[in-house]
Formats: sequence, structure tokens, C-alpha cells
Amino acid sequence: MKRRDIIQKIGFSALFACMAANIFFLGGIIFFIAARGLSSINWAFLTQAPRDSMTAGGVAPAIVGTFYLTMGAIIFALPLGVACAIYLTEYSPKGWIVNLLRISINNLAGVPSVVFGLFGLTVFVKYFGFGVSILSGSLTLGILALPLIISASQEAMTAVPQSIREASLALGATQWETIRRVVLPAALPGILTGVILSVGRVAGETAPILFTAAAFYVKGYPHSPFSEVMALPYHIYALMTEGTHPVEQTRIAYASSLLLLGLVLSVSMLAIYIRARQRKTYNA
Amino acid sequence: MHNVDYEKQPGMENFHPSLVKGPVGINMNYMGEADVFGPEAKISARKVNFYYGAKRALNNINISFSPRRVTAIIGPSGCGKSTFIRLINRMHELVPGTRFEGEILIDGLDILSPACDAAELRKRVGMVFQKPNPFPKTVFENVAYGLEVNGVTDKHLIEEKVVDSLKKAALWGEIKDRLKDSALGLSGGQQQRLCIARCLAVSPEVILFDEPCASLDPISTAKIEELILTLKKEYTIVIVTHNMQQAARVSDNTAFFLMGDLIETGRTDRIFKAPRDKRTEDYITGRFG
Amino acid sequence: MNKRKERLIKYLFTALAFSSLVFLIGIVLVLFKEALPIFGKVSLKAFLLGESWYPTSEPPEFGILPLILASLWVTLGALVICVPIGVGSALYLHELAGPRQRAILKPVIEILASVPSIVYGFFGMVILSPFLQDTFELPIGLCALTTSIILGVMATPTVASIAEDALSYVPRSFREASFAVGADRWQTLTKVIIPAAGSGISTAIILGMSRAIGETMTVLMVAGGAAVIPHSVFDPVRPMTAAIAAEMGEAPVGSDHYNALFAIALILFLITFVFNIAAEFISRRFRLKLGLSR
Repeated sequence: MKRRDIIQKIGFSALFACMAANIFFLGGIIFFIAARGLSSINWAFLTQAPRDSMTAGGVAPAIVGTFYLTMGAIIFALPLGVACAIYLTEYSPKGWIVNLLRISINNLAGVPSVVFGLFGLTVFVKYFGFGVSILSGSLTLGILALPLIISASQEAMTAVPQSIREASLALGATQWETIRRVVLPAALPGILTGVILSVGRVAGETAPILFTAAAFYVKGYPHSPFSEVMALPYHIYALMTEGTHPVEQTRIAYASSLLLLGLVLSVSMLAIYIRARQRKTYNA
Repeated sequence: MHNVDYEKQPGMENFHPSLVKGPVGINMNYMGEADVFGPEAKISARKVNFYYGAKRALNNINISFSPRRVTAIIGPSGCGKSTFIRLINRMHELVPGTRFEGEILIDGLDILSPACDAAELRKRVGMVFQKPNPFPKTVFENVAYGLEVNGVTDKHLIEEKVVDSLKKAALWGEIKDRLKDSALGLSGGQQQRLCIARCLAVSPEVILFDEPCASLDPISTAKIEELILTLKKEYTIVIVTHNMQQAARVSDNTAFFLMGDLIETGRTDRIFKAPRDKRTEDYITGRFG
Repeated sequence: MNKRKERLIKYLFTALAFSSLVFLIGIVLVLFKEALPIFGKVSLKAFLLGESWYPTSEPPEFGILPLILASLWVTLGALVICVPIGVGSALYLHELAGPRQRAILKPVIEILASVPSIVYGFFGMVILSPFLQDTFELPIGLCALTTSIILGVMATPTVASIAEDALSYVPRSFREASFAVGADRWQTLTKVIIPAAGSGISTAIILGMSRAIGETMTVLMVAGGAAVIPHSVFDPVRPMTAAIAAEMGEAPVGSDHYNALFAIALILFLITFVFNIAAEFISRRFRLKLGLSR
């Protein structure tokens, strides 16, 4: 073998090792958490409230709380995000406006999650007086999800061929009718993918709800948007840092982590699947 | 030709009478061929210039189109023929940074004037594009779309119109059992006839064809051409094509564009047999373009 | 009538489109407003360069140098992992993987990116830190090293997917030209493709850093929490995000401590803002260089 062939071989093996490391990371995390968490997951764990100062029972209130927070965030961020994407793709604003908005969207996406938490604490919890509540937490998480939904919607709408916009306009439809009846329906699967990915992201976030929504223990289920809630990710954190019975709590934390991991990963896989199917129909 | 009642023309409510230029149906044939465009013109363009940014794409175009006739616009790529017909239903507005001068009258009304509503205009002036562009919806929804955006809500009326338009577009027989299928599953030729049906459903007066067969096979092309010949009984048709045989087969009149100039217009048989301009002759005999 | 409605709708969308800008400005205003009072008590210099962070002792000391250094320390450590592995996997995906491998490997990276940070933190706490503690016979497993490893793993998919994007912008013709003069695939990769995608790859690295430095839950759980200037990778540390998250719950609203935590958040925000703007700027130049508009 020539020298340069050997170098190529070594180089390619190194790249392969890098790729393999990703699989190793993902496999390792899933394996270790599943190995110790799976045995604790059963029907009672999913449907009961915690008992005996967090050493027994289930995590049902935390599941419900995470569901409310996530839905609230999406209800807030989806219309706003789609509207923003509509403006950017359909109303072709002037260059500097596009640049300004793109920079602010990218920067919003890069803001550390704990900073969102402080913003939510100052504005929603205190200034608007919503208190530590589902509402405050949802709004905070919604701002975090906004850039994700904007970019997914923008991508989906850009992929709609210009020719069918022309077809609609040529039939006498106004621009808004064209957007509402042609562009949005055609972009819907792409927007949906973005929404599902944001659900996964929002459901797993902890730092933004630390000071805006989450509580270690709440008796019963939340009954209004102004209630404090338990949330799955915060529950894991609290079990590991605030408890008095480390052994039992770690066992429950394993199960909760596995549950959260399972939820978030299946949501992402669903989104990836929908997107792959969608790409096929576009190319056909 | 039917009489035009300005008060009742959709989209013309905003017209001040002073905006109505000239007597209705004036013959604007500048080439001095009285017989060519018939006694009345449906569409007349006067002194039209068009610019993409600083680049001039059309130079002082003066042309008229007769009602219920097919006029073909021929010329090499980039001669401005597509640019010109996209002005007739104001599709040029979708491209930012463009500018025009002059006027285009339909039934005597300047459709380029800001007082004329583009959406209303486009209901009267339909367009069929180079590439079939059905919506990613069912066959039925595609044809019904134009009616729905025009505020038709009566389900029976919509259904009647859809069937009628599909029949007119010579598509009904092939497709009557597939109305609920996605339009994207049709063949290219069927898609293009669907686009024609979609256009007919809105009951336009003028139909613009922008190289409608550019992406079709010869059999589909023949069907579209046959269809155009049937449609001219009811509609004023303008067709842009780079295929001279097609122009010869379907059109009554022909206009030849070259580098943004209108070189020659006349009856199709005359243009092809006895072109008056040297450049027209060079083009139709295949010496360039 | 129609026209007026269309115009109203357009104005409505224009207004809504500015929401992200409004939120971004809102965040800056909130951070400034809540942070500024602390600088009436402590000078900016003393705040940034002070070596002791004892916000609750009497008298309190607000020097955040240990926190800043801790953040930088664990982020640098994370780069050691995420840069080679992230860029390496991007190169593998782009150069070596066939379509069928890509169809599996790209989702793997995406799924790795979607693992919640709390799960990483938990994993670091219960699996990695005991393991490292035993292996290196450390007094405590929750330290800078553990944090860096976890942050590195977390930032890897960010780096990989952005770098892969950048590689895909490199025109095919570059590669063909290189093959045509007799270069093999490795030479083409290292001498042509990596330099051509270089600024795109640096964007990926900057955004990976930004992700790591802003990460909160993981560092809160595994960094160990000691607010002292780190001297070795085995020291427990308290990065900025951890300090904010851990102490905000205990700081009375409007107290000096509370304002100081907002000031930390402000500095953190400014750091990530600079990273993001730099990434934006570099990737813009990158696209211009390759003749891509957008």
C-alpha cells in the first residue's frame, strides 16, 4: 500500500469513529436509564400521585402538568410563529426588515433557557401578576418555542412552489385568500413537523419553568391556568436535589427520566418520520 | 360582441368615467391591416414599455386582440412575449422591481390603472401557465377553487359548474370517476387540461396561454390545441408559443416579438406565407432563434 | 372594500412578525432594569473581576470571576469533545455515508439533539460522575470534568448538523476539479472541501459553544457548585447559569443578591449574543463567498 492510501485509511477510520461516537452516546444514555428505570414503570406509576414524601406512588400530576404547560406554550407560539413566517415568505418585505427579523429570530433561538426563565419571572409572574402558574410557564416556554416554529413554518412555506401561488392569483383570488387556501394547506405537514419538534423541546425544558410555573409538590391536579403545577422535568430535578430519601427517590427519578426520554424521543421520531414522508411526496 | 355596461362590470365600480379611454372597441391595429383584427378589439395595448429594474424588456408595444379569435405571440426566448401577456392580467406585479409605461385597455378600460383591482381583473382574464400547476388538492377542489374564492357558496351551483368546466376542457370523460383523487396523480396532459378547466370555471372573457404545451408530449399537445380551437368560439384567446407549427395550427392572427419590440402582426396564414419584415422571415424560416 | 381588507391583513401580519424582535428587546430591557441597581453598590470592575462570590454572607461579596471562569472552563472542555466528534461526524455523513446510511444516521444526530437537558443532567449525576470518581479516585465526582463531558455530548449534534449544512453548500465542481488533478478522496477532503467549508464549520463551532455556555440544568446538577476559581479539571465549579438557577429561588425580590443574579444573566446574554452575531456574520460571508444568495 502506498503511503497516501494508508493516510486515507486512517483518516476515514477516524471519521467513522466520530460517527460511531454519536450512536454510542445515544445508545448509552437510553440503555443506562432504561436498564434501571424500566422495572419501576407500571400502570400505577403513570396514573397515581406521589405518596409518602415522594418515596412511592406515581407521577401522574407531573405528566398532566407537563401536558398543560406544553399545550399552553404551543397555543401561544403557533399562531404567532406562523404569522411571522407568513409575513417573511409571502409579503416579501424590504431587505433590511428581513435581515433585522432574521437576526432577532436567530438570537432569540440562542438565548440561554435560564434567561427566558428570568424574563418570565419578571414580566409574567410579577409585572402581569400571573404568579407562579401554568399561564406564566406556558408563555415563557412559548417564547422559547417561537423561533423553532417560525423557522419550520418558513421552510415549509418556501417549499410550496411559486407556480401554484400564481395559479391562485390568476383565478382572481386575493393574496390573503391564496395564503389561506393554497399556501397554508400545502405547507401544513411541514408546519406540523415544526410544531411536533417544538413540543418535544418544550416538554423537556426545565430552566424556564423553575421560577415561573413549577412546584415540587402540589396536592391534586391543577384546576385553573393560575395554578402552580408539577412538571416531569422539574420533578426529576427536585427528586435528585431536594429530597430526604435519596435511595427511593433516585429509583423514581430513573423511572421519570425514562418516561420523559421516551416521550420526547418518540415525539421527535414522529416528526422525523412525517418529514421524511413529506419529502418523498414532494419529490415524486 | 356584447355591449359593455360599465356599472355592472366587476372590478370597474371604482372607475371614474374619465378613466375610460376612447370609444369602446376601437381598432388599434397599427400595421394598417383593417381586416386583420376585425372591427372591434377586445384588448388593446398602447405604447407599452416595461422595465426589470433598469433593463428595458418591452419597447413601445402597440397591439390589439380581436374577440373570439386566437392570437399567437411568437418569438425567440427572451423576446418579451411572456412578459407581455403577464401584463394583461397584471401577473407582473408579483415580480418586485418592475415598472411599466403605457396602457392596456380591455373593453376600453385601462386595466393597468391603480383604480382597477387586480383580483377582479384576473377573474375576467384567466391564465394557463407553462408548467401545469394544479393545487395539491383533489380534482374537484381544484376546479371549485376559483368559484369559492369568488364567493360562490351554493353547493349545487359549484358542482354544476365544475362538471360543466371539466366537459368544456375535454377532461370529463377521462376523469369523472376520479374527482376525489389528488390532482397531482394525473398525467401532465390531464393536469394541464385540469388547469384549463379551473380557469374556465371562473367564466373569464379572455384566456392567456403562456406556452401551455412546453412540458407536454405530442399527444397531449394535440388535445390542448384541439381544445383551444373549440374554446375560441366563446373566449378571446392569446397564446404565447415558441413553436411555429403550433402557432400556424391554432391561431387566426400572429404577432412576432423580437428583443422587446413588436416586429409584425397580421393574419397567421399571411405572416407565414408572406412576411413583410426581413426579421420575421428569418425567424419563421429558422435562420435564428 | 376588498383592497382595504387585504391591506389590514398585511398590517396585522407585519405587526405580528415583529414579535420576536419585541421579545428580544424585552429580554434586554428586563435584564438591564433588574441588573443595574447592583452596579450602584459594586463597581462593574469589582463585579466582573472580584474573586469571591458570597452573596449571602454579611457583608456580601459580589465577585463573579469564579463563575465566569467556571463557565469558560467547562465550555472549553466541552469543545475538546464536540468539535472533533461533531465535525468528524459531519464529514463522515457528507463524504462517506451512502444514502441508506444517511437515512439512519442523520435522525440519530437529530434525536441525540432532542434529549432533554434534565436527562443529560440526571445521567451525569447518577452514572457518569460515580464512574469518573471511581476511575480517577476523585474525592467528588461532580466536577468540571464530568460537566465538560456531558456538555460536549450535548453540543455535538449542534456542531454536527450545522457543519453538515455548511459542507453541503460546497459546490460539486470543487471536488471534481481536485479529483481531476489526481488527488485522492482524503486529500480532496482535507485540502479542498474543509478549507472551502471552513467558515461554515466555524459557525457550527461558535453555535456549539453558545449552546454549551448557556446550558443550565446539566451544569446545575453535575458541576458541583463550588464558587471558587477552578485550578484543575477535577475541581467542582459553579458556572454562571448554575448560580442563577440555584440561587434565584432564595434571593429576596429586589435585594442586592437578586439584582446581582440578573447582572450575571445580562453578562451571559451578552456573551451568547456576541457568539450568535459572530456566527451570523461569518455564515453570511461564507454564503457570499460561495456565491449563494440568501
